[in-house]
Amino acid sequence: MRVILRNPHREIVIDGRRRVHALLAELSLSRESHLVIRNGTLVPGDAELHADDTIEIRPVISGGA
Amino acid sequence: MKCRTCRGPAIIDLPRHNANFCAEHFMQLCRRQTMKAIDDFDMMRPEDRILVAVSGGKDSLAIWDLLIDLGYKADGLYIGLGIGDYSQTSRRYAEDFAQARNLHLHVVSLPDDHGFDIPTAAKATGRVPCSACGMSKRHIFDQVARDEGYDVLVTGHNLDDEAAVLYGNVLRWDVEYLSRQLPVLPARNGFPKKVKPLIRMTEREMAAWCIIRGIDYIVEECPLAAGNRHLHYKDSLNTMEEHSPGSKASFYLGFLERMAPLLVSTAQAGIETLKVCDRCGAPTGATNDGSCAFCRLTERSAAHTPVPVEAFIKKPRKRQRDANASSIETVEQPS
Repeated sequence: MRVILRNPHREIVIDGRRRVHALLAELSLSRESHLVIRNGTLVPGDAELHADDTIEIRPVISGGA
Repeated sequence: MKCRTCRGPAIIDLPRHNANFCAEHFMQLCRRQTMKAIDDFDMMRPEDRILVAVSGGKDSLAIWDLLIDLGYKADGLYIGLGIGDYSQTSRRYAEDFAQARNLHLHVVSLPDDHGFDIPTAAKATGRVPCSACGMSKRHIFDQVARDEGYDVLVTGHNLDDEAAVLYGNVLRWDVEYLSRQLPVLPARNGFPKKVKPLIRMTEREMAAWCIIRGIDYIVEECPLAAGNRHLHYKDSLNTMEEHSPGSKASFYLGFLERMAPLLVSTAQAGIETLKVCDRCGAPTGATNDGSCAFCRLTERSAAHTPVPVEAFIKKPRKRQRDANASSIETVEQPS
């Protein structure tokens, strides 16, 4: 699957299927500070991502206060 | 995963609520939590004239959208900070949001209206950029709210923001700051009432609200905020949250319920006697030369040689440089 990451913007390709939680863990990304989007739709932690999916992993933390 | 309310397919899991939700019932939760914050702290009434401080980011656009959705009448205020491309892009998101919904957006530009930008202000005054930025924004929020006759100024501070500030204040045991860390600051001496209706919502939930509602916002982080202390506090709290869901809400909302009432006398003792700035007429606690901190910052910054944003951008570490150089990596299936 094609995975788009932000801040900085980059792409990675991952072989095979993954659950959302497993993908985030594999990339060492916190579940609390990221959302996973497939075709413009949010997907929950136990959703299975397929080899032909394009996924965006969007960070949600901002620095201002 | 199934929605806790309707048992349809869920689109988001919220461990702190031990629940999953479909889009419709997630939005219902967001509306309910926002209204609870507004009601619990008497933040605003439907007849109030409301001004929302809008940055083009997810939280400020989400709270503007939520308030309109809940039936409030609210205008927006965007401040151009002169942070290079980041400011131009964030302004476009704010303007597009307002235009698409036929909402009124005030725009104030630091470079055009005050003759300086944040990188130059930071260098001219020796402040960190976030400090110069925060001080400038607070001054302009107050000024526009006062000049335009708004009753309430709304900011998009969320649970993560407030928990991180609380964490920092506790680490320093800064009792005066702790006593003032409240979701409502009443109007006084020319300052508008300021409220934070998103204190019960996390950043992840607000980003999800924007995605579900089709709100485009600037995802990129402010280049001047990268690596700031506040972000480290958020990382620490999110690590705790992953291990113990609900920790952030318990930490901050518990503070408001059980600790803040004990600090009321400290908060009252810290109320400054305000004067009027002899340059801009704003209320100020400054005693230096009769002018407020913003006027002094403007004077020093406008006289300084312009400083580019790049002067404050840290070079990435080697590992990150290498990752950026190769834009497509391949990760194989673990055996």
